[in-house]
Amino acid sequence: MNLVSFLGAIEIGFVYGLVALGVYLSFRILNFPDLTVDGSFPLGAAVAATLIIAGVDPYLATACAVLAGMAAGLVTAVLNLRFGILHLLASILTMIALYSVNLRIMGRPNLALITEPTVLSPFEGLGLSGLYLKPIVGAVVVAVVALLVGWFLITEYGLGMRATGANQRMARAQGIDTARVTGVGMAISNGMVALGGALFAQMNGFADITIGTGTIVVGLAAVIAGEAIFRVKGVVIAVAACIFGSIIYRLAIAFALNADYLGLTSADLNLVTAVLVALALILPGARNPITTLLARRNASRGGGGGA
Amino acid sequence: MIRVEDLKVTFSPGTVMETRALQGVTTEIAAGEFVTVIGSNGAGKSTLLNCLTGEVPPTSGRILIDGTDVTAWPAPRRAALAARVFQDPLAGTCEGLTIEENLALAAARGTRRGLAKALSQARRDEFRDKISRLGLNLENRLGDRMGLLSGGQRQAVSLVMATLRPTKILLLDEHTAALDPRMQNFVLELTRDLVEAEKLTTLMVTHSMRQALSLGTRSFMLHEGKVVLDVKGEARARLEVGDLMAMFAKVRGEELDSDSLLLS
Repeated sequence: MNLVSFLGAIEIGFVYGLVALGVYLSFRILNFPDLTVDGSFPLGAAVAATLIIAGVDPYLATACAVLAGMAAGLVTAVLNLRFGILHLLASILTMIALYSVNLRIMGRPNLALITEPTVLSPFEGLGLSGLYLKPIVGAVVVAVVALLVGWFLITEYGLGMRATGANQRMARAQGIDTARVTGVGMAISNGMVALGGALFAQMNGFADITIGTGTIVVGLAAVIAGEAIFRVKGVVIAVAACIFGSIIYRLAIAFALNADYLGLTSADLNLVTAVLVALALILPGARNPITTLLARRNASRGGGGGA
Repeated sequence: MIRVEDLKVTFSPGTVMETRALQGVTTEIAAGEFVTVIGSNGAGKSTLLNCLTGEVPPTSGRILIDGTDVTAWPAPRRAALAARVFQDPLAGTCEGLTIEENLALAAARGTRRGLAKALSQARRDEFRDKISRLGLNLENRLGDRMGLLSGGQRQAVSLVMATLRPTKILLLDEHTAALDPRMQNFVLELTRDLVEAEKLTTLMVTHSMRQALSLGTRSFMLHEGKVVLDVKGEARARLEVGDLMAMFAKVRGEELDSDSLLLS
């Protein structure tokens, strides 16, 4: 692996670190399997790219992208909580609808941003080449967002959100409006994913309707990789693990694609991702939802006996 | 004071599954009263409790707490006035969170949850003090996950959680039923102590007639969604488990052939 592909992997790892944080919030904290992210990632890219081309300040455009993502998350939450549609299906409905919405926003399947100003423009005069600048900006943005998420999860409200995902009945008995909290969590989750999409578009110089495909799998891969490596205990470490997981996952992919003897090309990316995630779930010791459930049951049984 | 007026709950009305769980319950529970509720399966004990917590909306009737009509309040809003301990030790706590995080959740029951840190040092000290009174050596394990505790320990912590904030009524839903006899006694003693110390208005559902008479100041017997017995004071003090059994048999129109209720 050469320096360009190494730094490229780091850069994309940071961008997808935002996706991983969003997926962590919906899947792990809220216990809400949310596929909306496949739509909200390109939504963030589409909104940011379209507004920047229309002459809007890139930072404002990025903020609008985040708001659009939050709205998408809310739609899924409302479909599930207000109208009782199964969470998985509710998120697929939003995802599929967003495909059309994204096409409408962009007006065509892809937009180029090569000559437009981006969130990176103010730093380009510092003498760093884009090769180094992009991963640095990505790292700073992800670090700030991760700190906010980590802090949020240990506040009163964040603790209420964790209880909502872990034991809804208990949360309600403690006076937590679980429907509202879930809506807020889904909005934050998809807002972060859309931020990832907006950054992706500006760093790569384009927004494309197809960039969302498999976002959820990539996000989950990062979360699972992080958890497997860090053997997570507290939430704050779990948040950091998501980002490291994202980078490690990207490095693994870059390594796999660069290793000529494997004979893989970029067309194999999705297959490689799916196989990696499947392996992570199958391999012993990985945090598989099913094995976790079984372990929990055994633990509570054993604990009861020791009383 | 808790006032329940002609409370009726019908599940799946108009279908073959129609169940009239409560058929007009009217009662008043004065502040500081400790009511024990008995009745066979399906008598409406749990439904009554769920109506009081707001989990089950009544089909008709009203619930007033200190004169405020709370009938239409959803469960999260009701939580400011009613604290609850579940039968299943797993239901009342979050096993993935630590003991102190569970306590912090309960310490904010019924208040607005903002963006302040959930666990301040002052709170930790308060929790350690409250938990150390249990005598279960849990005060040095506040950072442990709740899932590591036994069922009895979890119920004890649940009781502490329910009494962390002032409450208009404490609702106990057969909260010792899932425990072994030794832990059962421990949790019952703890219940008695906490209720007396905080002068809590309490409603305890139980399957054990002995518990129903030995604890509390007043007893209800529910049958087919109605209160068929309501005793307190001297009349209650004179009641023996045998009398209760006879009454139980009478309302059911049949002789109880097993001693299971007596012995439980």
